[in-house]
Amino acid sequence: MDLQKFLQMGGYAAFVWPAYGLTALVLLWNWWAARRSEVDAQTAARRRNAIAQENRS
Amino acid sequence: MSWTWFHKLASPPHAYRILGRMAPWFGWAALALILLATWWGLVKAPADYQQGDGFRILYVHAPSAWMSMFTYVVMAVAAGVGLIWRIKLAHGAAAACAPIGASFTFLALATGSIWGKPMWGTWWVWDARLTSELLLLFLYLGYMALRASFDDPQRADRASAVLALVGVINVPIIHYSVEWWSTLHQPASVTKFDKPSIEIAMLIPLFIMIAGFQLYFGWAISRRLRGEILRRERNAKWLEEAA
Repeated sequence: MDLQKFLQMGGYAAFVWPAYGLTALVLLWNWWAARRSEVDAQTAARRRNAIAQENRS
Repeated sequence: MSWTWFHKLASPPHAYRILGRMAPWFGWAALALILLATWWGLVKAPADYQQGDGFRILYVHAPSAWMSMFTYVVMAVAAGVGLIWRIKLAHGAAAACAPIGASFTFLALATGSIWGKPMWGTWWVWDARLTSELLLLFLYLGYMALRASFDDPQRADRASAVLALVGVINVPIIHYSVEWWSTLHQPASVTKFDKPSIEIAMLIPLFIMIAGFQLYFGWAISRRLRGEILRRERNAKWLEEAA
């Protein structure tokens, strides 16, 4: 396969690549945001547990 | 019929564990399918006779648009279940859907706009399809803003569930907008009852990408719902083991 030709996308490079790039960005953002939302909740729950344990002792 | 399986499934500790076990499978399968579909769509699929290689935007645009509506329906159903049967887990699932759906909607609008420029000669037009999809984005954003405006999670659940349910009317409007009104956007070529008007060689990567996006949604909702469960189960005993 001719790489140069592939990158030119038949003259639509200026549209095809930004569309795919943006998709990759949004999927990556979502991945990061979902993971962070979970980890934040876990950290908060652990903190609450620690406080509860301290109060008990 | 016994409903114990349902109650077990809907119990937060059980759901938390199951979701944690499923998420990696969803994630890796999604990654594999999305990469495969990207290669297939960019390299292997033949160029369109009219749009040349420009049509390849289809493989990111149509799955995003599909997911934007699919996620909304999941969100509305979850909100409805939460409202009717007062299941906290269902409200949590609805809340977890919103940011995922909003990002797919943004993606559908943005890639559509990028595709519109070379093919229609304009980034944007206020036709029924584009306008109703933009409304979908505002519904997601409104839903999230409404949730954020309550301090009490139970009131946030109930108020936002009503909004989610009212907004679901927009989903069939988006889908049929290209039939009901004269739009610049083309009519459906895959989701219709007679056979799709796309060549099979172009259709395969599209279906793989849609499957990849669905699995990706499965991964994201699992992660976010686990977070929602922890946030809702403030003082539950099992939290100590879970976290």
